[in-house]
Amino acid sequence: MNELRVDNLHVAIGDQQIVRGLSLAVPQGEVHAIMGPNGSGKSTLAKVMAGHPDYQVTKGKITMDGEDVLGMEADDRARKGLFLAFQYPSEIPGVTIANFLRAALQARLPEGEELEATEYYAKLYEKMELLGMDRSFTSRAVNEGFSGGEKKRTEILQLAMLEPKYAVLDETDSGLDIDALKVVARGVNTMRGANLGILLITHYQRLLNYIVPDHVHVMVAGRIVRSGGKDLALELEERGYDWARESAGEMAVTR
Amino acid sequence: MKPETKAVDIDRGIGDFAYPEVHVRDAGAGLSEKTIHYISDVKEDPDWVREFRLRGLKTFLEKPLPTHWASKDLEAIDFDKIRYYLSPGTTTKRSWDEVPDDIKRTFERLGIPEQERKFLAGVEAQFDSEAVYSNIKKAVGEQGVIFIGSTEGLKKHPEIFRKWFGKVIPIADNKFSALNSAVFSGGSFIYVPPGVKVKHPLQAYFRINAENFGQFERTLIIADEGSEVTYMEGCTAPKFETTTLHSAVVELVALKGAKIQYITVQNWSANVFNLVTKRGLAHEDAEIKWIDCNIGSRLTMKYPGVVLKGRKSRGEVLSIALANNGQHQDTGAKMIHAADETTSNIISKSISIGTGRATYRGLVHVPKHLKNCKNNTECDALLINATSRTDTYPAITVRGTGNAVQHEASVSQVSSEQIFYMQQRGLSEAQAMSLSVNGFVNDLVRQFPMEYSVELKRLIELEMEGSVG
Repeated sequence: MNELRVDNLHVAIGDQQIVRGLSLAVPQGEVHAIMGPNGSGKSTLAKVMAGHPDYQVTKGKITMDGEDVLGMEADDRARKGLFLAFQYPSEIPGVTIANFLRAALQARLPEGEELEATEYYAKLYEKMELLGMDRSFTSRAVNEGFSGGEKKRTEILQLAMLEPKYAVLDETDSGLDIDALKVVARGVNTMRGANLGILLITHYQRLLNYIVPDHVHVMVAGRIVRSGGKDLALELEERGYDWARESAGEMAVTR
Repeated sequence: MKPETKAVDIDRGIGDFAYPEVHVRDAGAGLSEKTIHYISDVKEDPDWVREFRLRGLKTFLEKPLPTHWASKDLEAIDFDKIRYYLSPGTTTKRSWDEVPDDIKRTFERLGIPEQERKFLAGVEAQFDSEAVYSNIKKAVGEQGVIFIGSTEGLKKHPEIFRKWFGKVIPIADNKFSALNSAVFSGGSFIYVPPGVKVKHPLQAYFRINAENFGQFERTLIIADEGSEVTYMEGCTAPKFETTTLHSAVVELVALKGAKIQYITVQNWSANVFNLVTKRGLAHEDAEIKWIDCNIGSRLTMKYPGVVLKGRKSRGEVLSIALANNGQHQDTGAKMIHAADETTSNIISKSISIGTGRATYRGLVHVPKHLKNCKNNTECDALLINATSRTDTYPAITVRGTGNAVQHEASVSQVSSEQIFYMQQRGLSEAQAMSLSVNGFVNDLVRQFPMEYSVELKRLIELEMEGSVG
């Protein structure tokens, strides 16, 4: 089955265990949300999936369509179809959005093949329009001097251009006002479909009003403590993370 | 008998290959009056040149190595082991067909004849000590533009040559200008008549093929009143274990209202000591612009300068230095204001990779009696690794009340988060690094002629590929 799968994942930074036995499967075509309080390990999970070198996987595995991911370099994972929309995207001084995306797409082509420039720009302008971005944006350096909203939009633009199989969106809603949130959600919703599996990582239920997930998971203290349909998000919003924490406690006892 | 091609030694660098030596003229190793006489005899120098050389030798021997301020690495040069003159013993050809095959294929591999056809007004190709090829497009020659080797220039046009030769950079300017004055050979002589604007660039290509060798070209460019010219030079050498010395002297003279643009893309291999003196003299309302890119070499010391002699003259140095593992780029600029309303601009960007070290040295001098002079200096350094090093030594003396100076410097580092971000988009670590470096130099490179910005980008990519994992 085509899915992005995490099995019994344990992750540490130094001596500190951050993710403790997390399992999850996001099939292509579905949208899953992970909700959790600060410090639950959500962003760590996102970075580990993408291959950040600072984290140490002590146990467990991650696979993409059955293929082991943990042994791959970050750029391999990306070219094979895994995308991470960063919570805090880096600035790349002097490198324009147009040149950056072009290089990223070029890196996906077989050696000796050149990206077709006119097609590329046509697609870029189309996606920018969808996200309400002015064309002049293409000549701005990636994330340099961008507002929070512009950075998040640029992440979604990259998602739309690179067309991955699986996308992890790490707190894409943070720092967005309601209008920007709607634009970003519209962009993501347009990309929804049988060819894309999405994992939304968020602290708040708000985002899920605009990108309605197929499944919701609650993450506390490094593991999934509860999974359910989209209503789980509403229940969580109402009852708070303490309720989820108690459930985690119950689970720990009953196991 | 032709040497077998299997002797060709190929590595991944573009210029890193060497064909077997074919020299007929060889001054031997070491430097003495005998060496000077050998060179003068072979080149059939006029007496004044022979005397000039002997004065150069005397000054060179008297002057100490400048290690009180510069790198002690200079002490690694063994002047007794270097060969000061090597040539195939043929004359400079006007057509590639006449250039000996074994030399021609070197330049073909470097793409020189192709570039000449595409976008150049003239080309000179120097192989070790002598120019093997020199040609100028007919239309340009008919305008009275002279573009020949310096040896030919001093004989054929002594009235122009002698007037300016050694005047912008005197023998005793520094130890290496003295050395060059003693043993110079090759380089270009260019004269552009009044009002003539040479549309396409003239290019010289300097190739070192031999081991334990010193290349000492001497270039003199004179742009007469109201004329314009762009000159580009490229340099490569194979990667030898032994030390190679490249010590050129380049003098530019821009007469009233003239413009000279001088572009260098240097990609010496890591065994080359590149110790070059470059200076221009700008008369009234003239403009001299140095675009200087230093990618390779073991140690480069080069500070292109402009003496702003005439009122309203302008000087500019735009430079990029890339110091990879074990390399030291000690570069900068000099602007000597000597008239009212003169302006100068220096923009320097350096990149240090691995244990590479980049040093910026700047000298801006505006004396008290001058009015309405301006200087802008910007130097930015990018460090790639924790072991990389950069130093900045700006010396700016601006006196008097009506003069303005502006100076900015920055040091930045490519962060691991930035690299991870780019890798997450599918770029390899090396591609991510080279994109970051290209981004860093981007605003400067945009001011370069297109062909050179493309070339530079390619060289940076090659360097980054070689330096990562």
